[in-house]
Amino acid sequence: MSAERLTSMFAARRAGNSTALLPFMTAGLPDPGHAVEMFEAMAGAGADGFEVGIPYSDPLMDGPIIQEGGARALATGVGLEEGLEIAGRVVARTGLPALVMTYANVVVQAGPDEFARRAADHGVSGVIVADLPLEEAGPIQEAVERAGLGMVLFAAPTTTEARLRRIVDAEPVFIYGVADLGVTGERKVASSRAGELAGRIRALTDIPLVLGVGISTPEQAAAVAASADGVIVGSALVRRVLEARTPADAISSVATGVREFRAAL
Amino acid sequence: MKLERPDSRGRFGEFGGRFAPETLMPALEELEHAFEAAWVDPGFRAELDRLLKDFVGRPTPIFEAERLSAQLGFRVLLKREDLAHTGAHKINNAIGQVLLARRMGKPRVIAETGAGQHGVATATAAALLGLECEVFMGEKDIERQSLNVYRMQMLGTRVIPVTSGAGTLKDAVNEAMRDWVGTVETTHYVIGSVVGPHPFPWMVREFQRVIGDESLEQLGEDLPDVVVACVGGGSNAIGIFYPFAGLGIDLVGVEAAGEGIETGRHGASLGEGSPGILHGTRTYLLQNADGQVQEAHSISAGLDYPGVGPEHAYFQDLGLARYVSITDDESLEGVSLLARTEGIIPALESAHAISWIAKAAGELQGKTVLVNLSGRGDKDVQQIAEARS
Repeated sequence: MSAERLTSMFAARRAGNSTALLPFMTAGLPDPGHAVEMFEAMAGAGADGFEVGIPYSDPLMDGPIIQEGGARALATGVGLEEGLEIAGRVVARTGLPALVMTYANVVVQAGPDEFARRAADHGVSGVIVADLPLEEAGPIQEAVERAGLGMVLFAAPTTTEARLRRIVDAEPVFIYGVADLGVTGERKVASSRAGELAGRIRALTDIPLVLGVGISTPEQAAAVAASADGVIVGSALVRRVLEARTPADAISSVATGVREFRAAL
Repeated sequence: MKLERPDSRGRFGEFGGRFAPETLMPALEELEHAFEAAWVDPGFRAELDRLLKDFVGRPTPIFEAERLSAQLGFRVLLKREDLAHTGAHKINNAIGQVLLARRMGKPRVIAETGAGQHGVATATAAALLGLECEVFMGEKDIERQSLNVYRMQMLGTRVIPVTSGAGTLKDAVNEAMRDWVGTVETTHYVIGSVVGPHPFPWMVREFQRVIGDESLEQLGEDLPDVVVACVGGGSNAIGIFYPFAGLGIDLVGVEAAGEGIETGRHGASLGEGSPGILHGTRTYLLQNADGQVQEAHSISAGLDYPGVGPEHAYFQDLGLARYVSITDDESLEGVSLLARTEGIIPALESAHAISWIAKAAGELQGKTVLVNLSGRGDKDVQQIAEARS
């Protein structure tokens, strides 16, 4: 089962009393020909797994950096099929767990079962859908789990206690704790709310907790590391791709970034 | 059958729902409860009615368009939403939502706008009720509707240009949603149409149904055979359709055929789209097989949207209303027709409805047709002049 690759990684990190680093990168960056190499470089720099972004035309949970990365990937013809293929080759080459991150319309147009089956065929471990709250997650979560994958659900600083209990009861493969209000992007000052949210979640469940959104420096990652099983870093890495002059520069710059985050954790 | 309100998950049949980031979910629940409570609170309703009457100028009249009727050969009535304060039906919803925001204790409102009418309406309501206001508007729309940008600024609103995508309404909604994800605790997002996650499509319909409710009262026994309205997101259309639905009246929504359906450059989501999820709701969309939403096109910024309100999707599937389309060029003819026969320059959006009744004159002979004249055309004069030169 593909989800096991993910759960055993968290178990190992927990046993070692350390925090997993799950970098986000849009599939197809810096260009389709170098996409797999990009993830391999991140593996070499200390990533524990990946959030592979399947680009979507209207990413309303994402800030300008990931929007731009997604638009660039879409413009080079990377869609669901290409994204899953990249994820599959990354899993095969690195042996690390990969989750795909996208938006609800991409999943429902493929059909939840078809989407999950294809993701499983490519060795993907889990699915993250940014605009899919608990109330609408049912059919997609069932399809994902039938295919042996793990479904991720979100909890935010605004999430009420009653909602949090229902999210826990749905038994996601991990809870994506939204570390700060707002869309993905870099922040000058770390949110003070991640710790509070982590405490509320920890009080209810042992389900792995991964924090993401607005964690943009190694210092910010270190500050929340103790309260979570994992940390997701996205915009800070995608920005390095957007600023690089060549694909090789992009890959080495992202690897440097991952190494700095790894060291801080 | 039409639904008084969507089900507990915010669905009109298989359409609607609430596909939003978790960060927004508590606010959507809070909004649903606040609206439910306000809508049955006589104090809230009295305050809203007072503002609609004394500030907006409701009820708007129904005008017997005699010269147009004589020219087309059937009886045409116009529901004059163009006479509402700020020049379009958008104010009905904006006043309602901004009143609700104040009641919820939110000091700031944001809005998206395409043609600028909803932005102006929200800026106006915010000025009236003393709330801070920011409006997201696509770059392309800022260019083609500059008059409305100045109006919003005069009203004390900050207009934020949106550069992503094609710089039109879809992108403005994305950007307003993104702002809201970060400011949800102190901000209410005043969505301008019957789109977005539950409870917006239902709430906006309730604020806009005053158009149809008033029409029914004004017409008494003298009911029309056909009711026509333009459809972008569809708020003026659902506002007039909803009270008439189920009465055996032919309800016709007019979408934007843009440069022509066959060119692919249009905004006919109901006519040409397929079900999918955009901006928090399941509805008909212009999209590719991969679920990527396509750019819409219309000369009219208010109809330049690749989705549509989920209740219209429901109405179409149940046959409660039918949906047709009119091209950019035809809509320009609609502007001239109404201007020259009745002395009314309609908004380019509303001109789609006028143009359709002229085009469908053959099938409308002997009938009484009520057109929702959703807005006035002052904002479009420069664009129309350029289109004709």
